[in-house]
Amino acid sequence: MTSPAIKINGVHKYFGSLHALKGVDLTIEQGEFFALLGPNGAGKSTLINILAGLIKPSAGNIAVMDFDVVHQYQQARQLLGVVPQELVFDPFFNVREMLRFQAGYFGRGPENDPWIDEILEGLGLTDKAHTNMRKLSGGMKRRALIAQALAHKPPVIVLDEPTAGVDVELRQMLWEFIKKLNRAGHTIILTTHYLEEAEALCSRVAMMKQGEIVALDSTSNLLNKFAGKQLRLSLGKVTLPQGLLPMLRGQDNGVFTFALSDMEQIELVLSGLRAANIKVLDMQLSEADLEDVFLSLVGNHS
Amino acid sequence: MMESIKINATIRGPWTLLKKELLRFWRVAFQTVAAPVITALLYLLIFSHVLDKQVQVYDKVPYTAFLIPGLIMMSVLQNAFANSSSSLIQSKVMGNLVFVLLTPLTHLQFFAAFLFAAIIRGLVVGLCIFLVAMWFVDIHMANPWLIIAFALLGSALLGTFGIIAGIWADRFDQMAAFQNFIIMPLSFLSGVFYSIHSLPPFWQKASQLNPFFYMIDGFRYGFFGKGDVSPLISLSVVGLSFLVLAWITLKMLKSGYKLRT
Repeated sequence: MTSPAIKINGVHKYFGSLHALKGVDLTIEQGEFFALLGPNGAGKSTLINILAGLIKPSAGNIAVMDFDVVHQYQQARQLLGVVPQELVFDPFFNVREMLRFQAGYFGRGPENDPWIDEILEGLGLTDKAHTNMRKLSGGMKRRALIAQALAHKPPVIVLDEPTAGVDVELRQMLWEFIKKLNRAGHTIILTTHYLEEAEALCSRVAMMKQGEIVALDSTSNLLNKFAGKQLRLSLGKVTLPQGLLPMLRGQDNGVFTFALSDMEQIELVLSGLRAANIKVLDMQLSEADLEDVFLSLVGNHS
Repeated sequence: MMESIKINATIRGPWTLLKKELLRFWRVAFQTVAAPVITALLYLLIFSHVLDKQVQVYDKVPYTAFLIPGLIMMSVLQNAFANSSSSLIQSKVMGNLVFVLLTPLTHLQFFAAFLFAAIIRGLVVGLCIFLVAMWFVDIHMANPWLIIAFALLGSALLGTFGIIAGIWADRFDQMAAFQNFIIMPLSFLSGVFYSIHSLPPFWQKASQLNPFFYMIDGFRYGFFGKGDVSPLISLSVVGLSFLVLAWITLKMLKSGYKLRT
C-alpha cells in the first residue's frame, strides 16, 4: 500500500491566546486533487505553512509521504512544492535564473533544464524566460511564482490561493497545466476562494471553519449530503406553513428557496403550500453547487 | 562558467545559494564594490594629504603606508557585514526569503552560503583597494599569511554578525541602526586612522575592549611586522569572537528564530 501524500495528525497551533488550529486530522492520498476551503481566518494558510515548515505546530504532526515535516524536514520538503499566497519575487534575477536557483536548492542541476522548459511552456512563460522578475506584470509574476514551486518536480504540490486576482485566461491555462500534472501522478492540494474551481477540479474537499475541519468528503457526496437540489418558488407575500420552515434556505422579495435532499420532497413542499392555500407563481429547480454547501457550513463567517 | 563545475548533488543546494548570493552583489557591483573602493580611496587621499608630513606612527613608516592596511581592513569588515545583513533584510522585507525557507537546506548550509558570500564580497573589496593603493605607496608585506588569516577571520566574523543582524531586524531602519550605531563607531574607533598608543591611557584600555581593534591591528601587523598588541592575542580574540557569534547564529537558525514562527 502506498503511503498517503499528506497525513495530518491532531495539529494544534496557538498564536498567543489565539487558538488558530484546533486539532486538525486529515489524510490526503497520493494522486488526489484535493481542495481545502474555508473563509478568511479559518486556518487554511496556517495549516499549509505548518506543512511547508514555515510555521511550527504547537502540537500534533504532519507527514509528507511518511516523512515528518519537522523531524525529517529535508526528505519532506524534497517531496513538496508550495506556491505561497503572497506575490513575492526576487528583483535581482530573471525568470529562468530563478527557476534554476530554486531547482538547485533541491539538489537539481543542469539535467533538470528540460523540466524547467516544460514548466515555462506550460505556464506561458517561455518568451519571458529572460525577463527580470521586476519587469513582469502581476499575472506573469503569479505564473513565475507557481513555476518556482514546481522547479524541483515535486510529487506533492500545494497551491495556496493561486488564482487570487488572476484573469480568466491565466486561470484556464494554469488549471490545464495542473490537471496535466495531476494526470501524471502529482498530488494537488488547493486552497481557493473560487468555489466553482474546487467543484470543477477536485475529487475531494475539506472545509475549515475557525481552526477545525467541518466537512470532509468527496465533492459529489458533499453536494448530495448538504444540498442535493434547490427548489426556488415565487410565492409573493405569504407566510409559510411551519412544516416547511426546516427546508427553507432563504427568501428574497417573495422568492423562497428550499433545499431538497431528494426529489420526493418537491411533492412535500407543494402539498404543504396547497394545504395553506398558497399559489405557486413560478418554479425553478436547480442542482446545488459547492457554494451552497460552503454557505450552509460556514454561513455568516464567509 | 559556474555551471561547468561538476558538483555533487548534496552540496548543490548550499552551492546554489552561495552562487545566488554572489551574483546578487555582483549584479550591483557599482554599489557593492566600486562605491566602497572609492570611499576608501577618498579617505586615503584626504588623510594622507593632510597628515603624511606631520604624523609618523611607527619608526620609518609614513602615515600613508600606515593608513592603507587599516582602510583595507575596515572596508573588508564593513562590506562583509553589509553583504549578509542587506541580503537577509531585503529578502525578509520583500518576502522572497520564503523561496529558501521552503527548501531542504539545513541551518548549517544556510549559514555557510551566507558566510562565504560575505567573506568573498569583503575580500573582493579589500583586494580592489589594495591594488589601487599600490599606485600611491610602495606596500611591503612582512607576513602575508597573517594578512590572509586576519582578512578571512575578520570578514567571517562580520559576515556572521551581518547574518545575526539580518535575522533580528524586521525593518530597514533597524538595520541602519546596526550600521550607524555599532559597525561605524567600532570601526572608526579601532585604530584605523591612528595607533592606540597615541591615545590617553584610559582610551587605550577602552580600545582594547573593541574587537575591531584586534582585527585592524593584527592585519596591519602582517604588513609592518609590528603592532599595538601581539598578533597571537589578536588572532585569538578574533577567532574566539567568530566562534561565539557563529554558535549564536547557528542556534538562531536552527530554532527558526524570527524566520519560522
